[in-house]
Amino acid sequence: MATATIIDDGSASGSPRSATIGETSTKSGADERRAGWWFSAPFLVLYLAFLVGPAIYGVVMSFSNATTLRPGLGSAAGWANYREVFASSEFWNSMGHTLWFTVLTTPPLVILAFVFAILADRLRHGRGLARFIFFAPYVLPVTSVTLIFTFLYAGEIGLIPTIFTVLGLEPPNLLGETSWAFISVAVLTVWWTIGFNFVVFLAGLQEVPRDVYEAAAVDGAKPGRTLWSVVLPLLRPTIVLVVMLQILASLQVFNQMYLMTGGGPGTSTRPVMEFIYDSGFSDARAGFAAAATMVYFFAVLVISVIWYLLRRPARKGAGG
Amino acid sequence: MSAALSTSPVVGADDQLAAGPEAPARTPRRLRRESGMNPIDYNARSKAFRVLATVVLLLFALIWLVPLVFAVITSLKPEGEIASNPTSWWSNHFNFDAYAKVVQNTPILTWYLNSFIIAALTVVLTLLVCSMIGFALAQTRFRGRGAVFGLILAGLLIPGQILVLPLYQEIQAMGLLNTYWAMVLPAVAAPVAVFIFEAFFAGLPRALVEAARIDGASWFAVYWRICLPLCRPAVSAVAIFTFVTSWNNFLWPLLVLSDVNQMTIPVGMATVVGGYGIQYAQVMATAVLGALPLFVVFVLFQRRIVEGVASTGIK
Repeated sequence: MATATIIDDGSASGSPRSATIGETSTKSGADERRAGWWFSAPFLVLYLAFLVGPAIYGVVMSFSNATTLRPGLGSAAGWANYREVFASSEFWNSMGHTLWFTVLTTPPLVILAFVFAILADRLRHGRGLARFIFFAPYVLPVTSVTLIFTFLYAGEIGLIPTIFTVLGLEPPNLLGETSWAFISVAVLTVWWTIGFNFVVFLAGLQEVPRDVYEAAAVDGAKPGRTLWSVVLPLLRPTIVLVVMLQILASLQVFNQMYLMTGGGPGTSTRPVMEFIYDSGFSDARAGFAAAATMVYFFAVLVISVIWYLLRRPARKGAGG
Repeated sequence: MSAALSTSPVVGADDQLAAGPEAPARTPRRLRRESGMNPIDYNARSKAFRVLATVVLLLFALIWLVPLVFAVITSLKPEGEIASNPTSWWSNHFNFDAYAKVVQNTPILTWYLNSFIIAALTVVLTLLVCSMIGFALAQTRFRGRGAVFGLILAGLLIPGQILVLPLYQEIQAMGLLNTYWAMVLPAVAAPVAVFIFEAFFAGLPRALVEAARIDGASWFAVYWRICLPLCRPAVSAVAIFTFVTSWNNFLWPLLVLSDVNQMTIPVGMATVVGGYGIQYAQVMATAVLGALPLFVVFVLFQRRIVEGVASTGIK
């Protein structure tokens, strides 16, 4: 929901207006200013206490020997935590696992959602039903989803291994083998979250004026050609947005991995968020974990900046 | 509101959009759907494509239903039958034994209550706090307004997970571990909600506020009695999304709610599963019970939820 539109509004119109009007200090003006601050106060207090404050404290923490066993920072650590993070092969392995998970989930979640949306856009009836079926899993709690899929994947009795057997294949150990565990959790994630991208794409497709299709048909374009040369370029801003939101979401993977494989077998599927969780809470090394968080956050930030740069020209092309 | 509530969950969501009394600013683009025919059908080839689209989509929809339907069926089967024939889609002895056992043997009812209280508190406080500052930013002019705007904007860029460690220490220092407040307080100041409210309040005419002020209404009365009632779509959108997010939160309650009687549904469910062993009917019954409240919320508010998500790409 938060997009560049808001960013433009905030920086462009925000400060000058308030500055000029602020100077006409009549009685009602003073009253208005006071009201503005009173209305803002409750939010700002909570915002500083539970968002801005902790964010800054987290940076300080990463330079300390803080522990999660008790409050407080403990002794100063300088750059030691960061040196240890950069030298930790376990950290970089977990970054690799998160990256691999992102590579496995992003293409199907974007392409399949797009295909579903294209197909649903053609329907005469049942578009609402399709939306209901594909989006419903998205609102379910992660634990319900992982319970169901653990059962579907279970050796001997699960539905998926049975399908392998019916097809005459040797069913693999879906959660116990590293390469299959990634795929299994990726499949779960596609099933669970595709509805979001699907709904965004479908809304974008319905924004495409119908005359565009008609004009393309009059010019003799086949449906596939219309899709490729007309609809796809029109939808570019939406596609860029969905791809980046998806990458950002996949890079934050924790819940379903933690619940399905626990990072295992061993630590061979452990995503970086679970590495941070393990160092911060199982080993109680909050300072080290905070440093790992910062390195991870920096990587995510770089990707966000790329998104922002990609999105700008796309918005101009679409005329706002 | 009533129109939205009575909407059948499955059909007619599109028609409702055109007819809906609220969402005033963005009706026109839905009007084209009035002729019953999909305007993409202009020649025979595209009609053939539509048939193909229907078949393929139907196939995928069926695949998407399998996990849910299979979970419900399994939860209703006797354990013995699952052991002997786990992948069967039918049983002659469907019953609710597994559900009864789950309710008896786990604190799932307590978790429901915890989840509900936490989600309800979060929704009420989020609505109040975020709509107030949204109103201030949109309808009052105060010094530092631009700075406040920028500060909140910066919050959008901070992913929740980066806060986990420092926030944990803070909640620990405040002695709030294993309380509802550990869940509620960090969730209330939501930048996204502020911007939703700000956008809605900014859409109200300034003359409305000035007229009310000249009539002697206090600023609070202007906000509470005049502006807020006009922003009902924003209120319901923020309420639904805050509720779902709070209910489904996993990592944070996993950290701060270690007492089994304070746990929420997603975390509590995760702790008991190991204890079931191979009693799959009970595992599936737990999964279904955990999913049920949000499924109901989704059925009731499908239109608002889908609309909210859809607007991600349009703005």
